[in-house]
Amino acid sequence: MSTDTTAPLRNIKARRTTLENIVRNLKTAPVSAWFGMIVILIYAIFAIFAPWLAPHSENEVIGKAYEHGSSLALLGTDQIGRDLYSRLIYGARNTIGIAVITTLVSFLVGGSLGVLAALKRGWLDQGVSRVVDAFLAIPVLIFALMMLAVVGKSVVNLIIILALLDATRVFRLSRAVALNAVVMDYVESAKLRGEGMGWIVFKEIVPNILPPLITEFGLRFCFVFLTISALSFLGVGVQPPTADWGSMVAENKTLITFGNPAPLYPAAAIALLTVAVNFVVDWFLHKTSGLRDGK
Amino acid sequence: MASDIKRVKGDVLLEIKNLVIDGKSDDEWKPIIRGIDLTLKRGEVLGLIGESGAGKSTLGLAGMGYARPGCRITSGTINFDGIDLVAASEETRRGLWGSRIAYVAQSAAASFNPAHHIIDQTIETAVGHNIMTREKAEADARDLYKRLQLPNPDTIGLRFPHQVSGGQLQRAMTAMAMSCRPDLIIFDEPTTALDVTTQVEVLAAMRNIVEQFNTAAIYITHDLAVVAQMAHRIMVLRYGNLVEEAPTREMLKQPTQEYTKSLWAVRKLQKPETTSDDIILNIDGVDATYGGGTSKVLDNVTVKIPRGTTVAVVGESGSGKSTLARAITGLLPPSKGTISFNGKALPAALANRDRDTLRRIQMIYQSADTALNPRQTVRDIIGRPLEFYLGLKGAANDRRVVQLLENIELNESYIDRYPGEMSGGQKQRISIARALAAEPELIICDEVTSALDQIVQEEILQLLMKLQKETNVTYLFITHDIATVRAISDEIVVMHRGKVVQQGLKSKVLNPPYPAYTELLLSSVPQMDPDWLTGLLAKRSAKV
Repeated sequence: MSTDTTAPLRNIKARRTTLENIVRNLKTAPVSAWFGMIVILIYAIFAIFAPWLAPHSENEVIGKAYEHGSSLALLGTDQIGRDLYSRLIYGARNTIGIAVITTLVSFLVGGSLGVLAALKRGWLDQGVSRVVDAFLAIPVLIFALMMLAVVGKSVVNLIIILALLDATRVFRLSRAVALNAVVMDYVESAKLRGEGMGWIVFKEIVPNILPPLITEFGLRFCFVFLTISALSFLGVGVQPPTADWGSMVAENKTLITFGNPAPLYPAAAIALLTVAVNFVVDWFLHKTSGLRDGK
Repeated sequence: MASDIKRVKGDVLLEIKNLVIDGKSDDEWKPIIRGIDLTLKRGEVLGLIGESGAGKSTLGLAGMGYARPGCRITSGTINFDGIDLVAASEETRRGLWGSRIAYVAQSAAASFNPAHHIIDQTIETAVGHNIMTREKAEADARDLYKRLQLPNPDTIGLRFPHQVSGGQLQRAMTAMAMSCRPDLIIFDEPTTALDVTTQVEVLAAMRNIVEQFNTAAIYITHDLAVVAQMAHRIMVLRYGNLVEEAPTREMLKQPTQEYTKSLWAVRKLQKPETTSDDIILNIDGVDATYGGGTSKVLDNVTVKIPRGTTVAVVGESGSGKSTLARAITGLLPPSKGTISFNGKALPAALANRDRDTLRRIQMIYQSADTALNPRQTVRDIIGRPLEFYLGLKGAANDRRVVQLLENIELNESYIDRYPGEMSGGQKQRISIARALAAEPELIICDEVTSALDQIVQEEILQLLMKLQKETNVTYLFITHDIATVRAISDEIVVMHRGKVVQQGLKSKVLNPPYPAYTELLLSSVPQMDPDWLTGLLAKRSAKV
């Protein structure tokens, strides 16, 4: 048959684009999901545009220590007189940024290993799975504390250690969902076509296991975020003078006994973001899992 | 248990009037059943037939007063022995289910709990509804097993579901339904998942027991020949409407509606037999094993496939016919023997075959649902082999995809669709187009029509034959359906337990003298004659 010409044989009518689909889905989103998305958006704006939005810089001392809120410092000052409001904004950038990078790394490592283990089975699957089982037996926070004590406290170390620990959980999930996909005839069909590993993983399997993985991404982000805050609170996470919500709670924690709400602001920021992410994830899960309203 | 006085044959047991059932799809309620009347007398078996989506299962379940999740009964009445099932409370209905109305589902394997003994599940309802004591129920279950001709009726109940065969499990499920001596049983495609040879036994057992206890039954199926054996009366459904209703013999003899006639005509497709001396694929003495050589699934298989013809491989499940396909494609390298393609030996393992060899042998799967990636559009699915094997990109690729879509009698409007946005027959056409895109010489069709409705099956078979005429492609057609084989094959290979029982031209294999297994297989295929089952059973028992 002649294929020399590239002129279209028939005019193909355009269908709904991805953007139109997203808009359609957003229109039916429940209030909780909208709330979550708006909160996340606000956080993201603050994190990205921190230098422009914050009235003062991250480490500028603007007054006396432990001042109450005023026109100069909206939420008061911290233990050495820095503006709490500005540090809260910069904290968004640091804490969320680190958490996002950590979760991304853990998904890259855990996800690809999981899919590969499901596809290859055999010794690779056995080996990685048993190592992961061993890691899962140790509580994350204690293990992270120990590792940070060994390799030293720095943001890079923090990211690597948390990402690797989290990757074990991502591995378990991605392996389980990928196992359901690799037995499908379309994967066999791709193998019979002679496709390489890259195509089979990224074009055949990954698109089909993406919804649970995206959901898990949201949840894991929350856990990582809380773990970083906890580690910072304990003094081994993000180090001063870098603004970080966890360490801000720690630095100002004594104030709570004097009726000063300063430590509550960063704590509330942590809680609100976690709740918001969960709302969005819930909606997404409901949407993609095909759960219908029961009778 | 209902008293014997109430079991007078001829009384109206179930009366459905002007029933409308809506189903929810895409957040919209759409009618599935559009105003159907149904009357069923005691001791009568009513067959409901139609394609998938005709509403036959929904109507059958409505006979129990049950609507599946996502369905609702909008209007109409369902009167079961004086009880209005639509108005009745959930509790009343639940009291009836199991004890007076029973249900036998298509897949017994999915309906049994794998963690409990069969007998415990058989008597669960009878004991649970306080109809019988445990001892009495167990004795009764053993009696039912005997009546259903299950082997070792006294001990079979102590086995777990996975320890008996599919046909036995389906009969055990009938025993479960019978345990309370219900007034009405609903059979929902109970033999669809079974092999023909097993199906005969199950059909005979079910028909027998329904007659013995004078139970009324609704028999749902898409297989006309089966319903002809079972039902006294047949209702043909389509798109939620009643097309035609008549006693079985009358309906078979002279259907009045066009649609019913078209259902009857399906089996008349016949391909003239051709053959060729040019052997495209030569399978010589092939053995294959699973699990490191412990169980032989292919045993010295020798098959020759002439170019440009259709060779059908038939056999029951477990006969090794799908394994043969895996050996040819290289997914399961044979442990012994050679496979040569175009006169050259094929490398045993998939990894050792070059791209051009892979291109020449393509495969079409039974279920297009799992064979097409649900996250790829038709453009990706058909376009990929074009790019991969032939290097077509961009507009040239699109152009060829549209051509292929037209070859399979679809058009360019499908190019951006996902598999989920198409019907079963359309999806199977896309699978065919994907195989064609590679411009292959041999296509292995693994049960390609068995998941489809009869009319769609016919269309797909005709398409395959048209394409063979156009491209002289060779088909290796794996199936358990003798009717399909009769329609499209040139040569037939009969397989049983990993061995080739017989190979030859269609005219030879389908006509006597038969080897014993071929005869058993062929005689088990249900015929449209309502006396077929009775006749067959008489013939077989005379032989023993």
